[in-house]
Formats: sequence, C-alpha cells, structure tokens
Amino acid sequence: MSLSLQDVERIAQLARIRVTESEAAGYRDQLNGIFGLIAEMQAVDTAGVEPMSHAQDLAQRLRPDTVTEPDRRSAFQAVAPQVEDGLYLVPKVIE
Amino acid sequence: MQWETVIGLEVHTQLTTQSKIFSGASIAFGAAPNTQACQVDLALPGVLPVLNKGAVERAIKFGLAIGARLNRTNVFARKNYFYPDLPKGYQISQFELPIVEGGSIDIQVGEGDKAETKTIRLTRAHLEEDAGKSLHEDFHGMTGIDLNRAGTPLLEIVSEPDMRSAKEAVAYAKALHTLVTWIGTCDGNMQEGSFRVDANVSVRPVGQKEFGTRREIKNLNSFRFLEQAINYEVRWQIEQIEDGHKIQQATVLFDPDTGETRMMRSKEDAHDYRYFPDPDLLPVKLDEAWIDQVRAGLPELPGAMRERFQRDYGLTAYDAASLTSQREMARFFMDTVALAGDGQAKTVANWLQGEVSASLNRAEKDVSAIPITPGQLAGLVKRIADGTLSNKLAKQVFEAMWNEGGEPDAIIEAKGLKQMSDSGEIERIIDEVMAANAKSVEEFRSGKEKAFNALVGQVMKASRGKANPAQVNDLLRAKLNGGA
Repeated sequence: MSLSLQDVERIAQLARIRVTESEAAGYRDQLNGIFGLIAEMQAVDTAGVEPMSHAQDLAQRLRPDTVTEPDRRSAFQAVAPQVEDGLYLVPKVIE
Repeated sequence: MQWETVIGLEVHTQLTTQSKIFSGASIAFGAAPNTQACQVDLALPGVLPVLNKGAVERAIKFGLAIGARLNRTNVFARKNYFYPDLPKGYQISQFELPIVEGGSIDIQVGEGDKAETKTIRLTRAHLEEDAGKSLHEDFHGMTGIDLNRAGTPLLEIVSEPDMRSAKEAVAYAKALHTLVTWIGTCDGNMQEGSFRVDANVSVRPVGQKEFGTRREIKNLNSFRFLEQAINYEVRWQIEQIEDGHKIQQATVLFDPDTGETRMMRSKEDAHDYRYFPDPDLLPVKLDEAWIDQVRAGLPELPGAMRERFQRDYGLTAYDAASLTSQREMARFFMDTVALAGDGQAKTVANWLQGEVSASLNRAEKDVSAIPITPGQLAGLVKRIADGTLSNKLAKQVFEAMWNEGGEPDAIIEAKGLKQMSDSGEIERIIDEVMAANAKSVEEFRSGKEKAFNALVGQVMKASRGKANPAQVNDLLRAKLNGGA
C-alpha cells in the first residue's frame, strides 16, 4: 500500500492539522515508510493467533456505580478562555 | 409502480445509572450547566476513563431480555470527530466487538384483535458515552457548551432493516421502549432525551431484492414525529425516483414545524470516524457467574406475561398486549385480579383500559401516578359482580374514588348509590310509569318494540338510575305482556 499526496491531505483535514504542500510530500514518504514496516510484519504467519485489541493481556477493571465527583465548575472555568452563565464559550459552530 | 418501504432503527437509550460511564460525575437531569462535568468529562490532560459496572450490567440485562449473544470479551473503540461538545476529539464507543449481538423483539402488526406478531431482528447493542450540549443562541455570536451530558452512559440498539412501514417502525420503537423501561435499564423519558430514535429509510420496487439507497433521519424524540418523518421521507423518495432522480445517501433532520425532512449532510461530507480500539481501556470480560446473577434478577418479560394473561385469564391478544405495554399497568392488573378473583379478570381489564386509562389521559398522568389502589378497584369490581352496582352506578363510584378517595363500599353507602334490586320497589315504580305513559304502553302492545325502551328509560329515570336494569327489563316485560 502506498499513499498519495491527496491521501495525506485528507488525513490532515480529518485531523484538523494544516499541512503545507512541501510538508505533505515529506509526510507521505514517512507514512509510506510505516506502511512498509506493516507490510513486513504482515508476512508473519499468524494463523491460529487470536487478534489482540490491547497490548496488555488483562481485563478492564470496573468501578462501582456511585457518584464520587463533586461540583468543581468554578475551578475548571477559572482556566477557560471564555465562560458565561456557567457555559464554556467557543467560536460559533452550527451543523 | 408499487413501492416497498424498508426501515431500520438505531435507538440511543440512556442508562439508569447514578454516575457516568467513565467518571464518577452525576448524570441527574436538570442540573446547572457544567456542575456535573468533572475532569474526565472535560478531557483535561492526564485523565483516564474507568468503566462503570452499572452500565455494563444494564447492557447484559438488555442482551438477556432480547435473547441475544453476549460477547464475553467486548472492546471499546474511539470514534474520532471534532465538535466542541466532544472535548476529547473522540467518542468512546464500541465498534468491532460490541457487548450485545443478535436477539429479537416481537411486535404486533395490524389493528385490534386482528393484530399479528412479527419478529424484528436486532443487529447489535453497544455501550458508548453521550456528548455534551451546544447552545447556539444568545451568546453574541459564540456557542455555549454544557458538558453535563458528556459521558452519560448510552446503550445504542441497532435493528436489522426488518420494518416495512412507519406503523411497524413505531410498533417496534414502542415495544423496545416498553422493554427497556420494564427491565429498568432506561427511564424512557423522551422529553429529556433518554430514548432517541434515528431511522434509516429507503424504498425499492416491490419484488426487488436489493435495498434502495437509504437516508438516515436523526434524533426523533417522539413516536408521533417518528411516524410523520418516515411517512414524509418515503413520499419524498418515491417522488424523486419517479421524477427520474437518484437517491443520494444522506443524513437528514426532521422539522416538526413543517413536517418535512431536510438534508443535514451528504455522503461526501459523511464523517470518516477512523475507529480504533481505545488504548485507555482494556477489553471487557463478562464472567458466567455475573451473567447468571443478572439473569436471575430479570423480571417476567412483557412477551411472556402477555401470553400468560391470554392463557390464564382468557384475555384477548389485544387486551393482553395493552395491559403489558407498561410494567406498572401489568402489575396493577395482577394485584387487582388477585384481590377480585380470577373470574373478574376481563372486567378488571376493561376498567383499566376504559375508565382508568381515560382518567389518566385526562389528567395527563402516567400509570405510576394512579390515585386509586388495586384494593379499591377490586372492591368496585366485586360490587358489580354481586349486583350491588350497575355499570352506570359503578362509574359514579369510580369517579368519587378517583377524585375524592375512599373505599367503594363507603362511597356507595354515603352517596346512596346502591342498585335497587327489591322487586317490590321496582314493580311499584313500573306501575307508576305505566300509568303515566299510557300511550307508550298502548304502542308496545300494538307491536312497537321501540316503545319498550322508552318505558325502560322512564323507569330508570324514576329510580334515579338505581334500579337493576336486568330486573326492570324482566318485570316490565312481564307486566306489559300480562296486561295487568
């Protein structure tokens, strides 16, 4: 698999990262290098090996369903750029 | 051309936990903005999610209730997209290995006693966190963000495209609503957004195997809107195709004011979520002992109860379905029948679906707020059975019971509502009525059956509604025919 410049632009757009044209070529080559590594690994015979979804072979710890967090809004909002009526304000978005 | 509608639903049910799915903040509704949003919900650097056992338990409960497969190992994944009410930049959801797969729910299709059972298959149900809320008005060109809802546990329930009309979709949504509230995994409050429906709708020529291109209607928060939106969407899609256009895959919103759907985003703008397993969360393992324990705690389910009501009490399928549409209603029915006797089951069913439901509707109240007890209703039904009350008098007693409280016997006594069954007394009234209505008597005797009803009416009126109607009929007919 090898990525085109358009693929890189699309990935950058999805990640909301601004990438210049010259940077894009560099990223393309680096990403293609990673795909090269993946291709090498895919040559390994994994028949009969169960896929892992996590690097550690452990199970998720569960927490009892109780409310443990107090209201700390004023502390959190003290470091927010802009707040009003208890809301965090952000540049207008509407979908 | 004849068209067939194909519908699949995705329903977001908010789980009835105390705290959030990955943090210890409260999920109580209606708190002041951001007072229930802790550092995990705000995605401050360095925080980690810890899974709520109560949320997993509710998902297991639901899976068992629909006869689904529970994935003993299931995995949380990141669904990546940018929006200010999603501070992490991804929603924690489940993708490749959801907790629940398969299962089914039966719905009743068709009206009244002609209803038939149809089985709707479920694809999957997965755990995920809700996003926060964006408020776009009143902030001088800015958007206000409330993250109280961020991290609220949801079970998203996805059906197969098994429904063929808006009515079936509504029947399925209602059956699902009944089930999740019945087993207590969701409070079902649609105004507060605890039960939100997305509908995938497509049309195809009758007989065609392949599905048409679907459009997804987002966020329908009432059964009425669900039906309206689907009906509009189906008409719109058929018109488009018949006008020679192709349906483009899209996400649309329903506007309740205009009754129309409008495009929110096309396929080109469709999100590319780039799911991958969340490295902050290990795979979730369900052990058999836990599953057995949850199974043991399941109540009798609405489907089983419906069949039992038909079998044990001889109720019609319609009555049984109606009584099991809400768990409180079913419980009230069973408690009342236990006190009134099995023989009164049909009468109890009629009262619950008639006067009780009508009174609740008038008061805009839910069954849980019913102001009478099963004991009071059983007492009333017994007095109908033993002839103390006619149906008409029973309604008066019921109204008094509903509005002022009190036991039926005390109300009958206090208001003098006892049915008159003393034949001497009834005969006396009949004699008076016959004397005063000689013309009607004459007419009846010359063959006019209608005159009989007029006379019965007069007798009932003279007794102020208290004469036993069956007795009045018999005695009056005997007197008219006897010529006395």
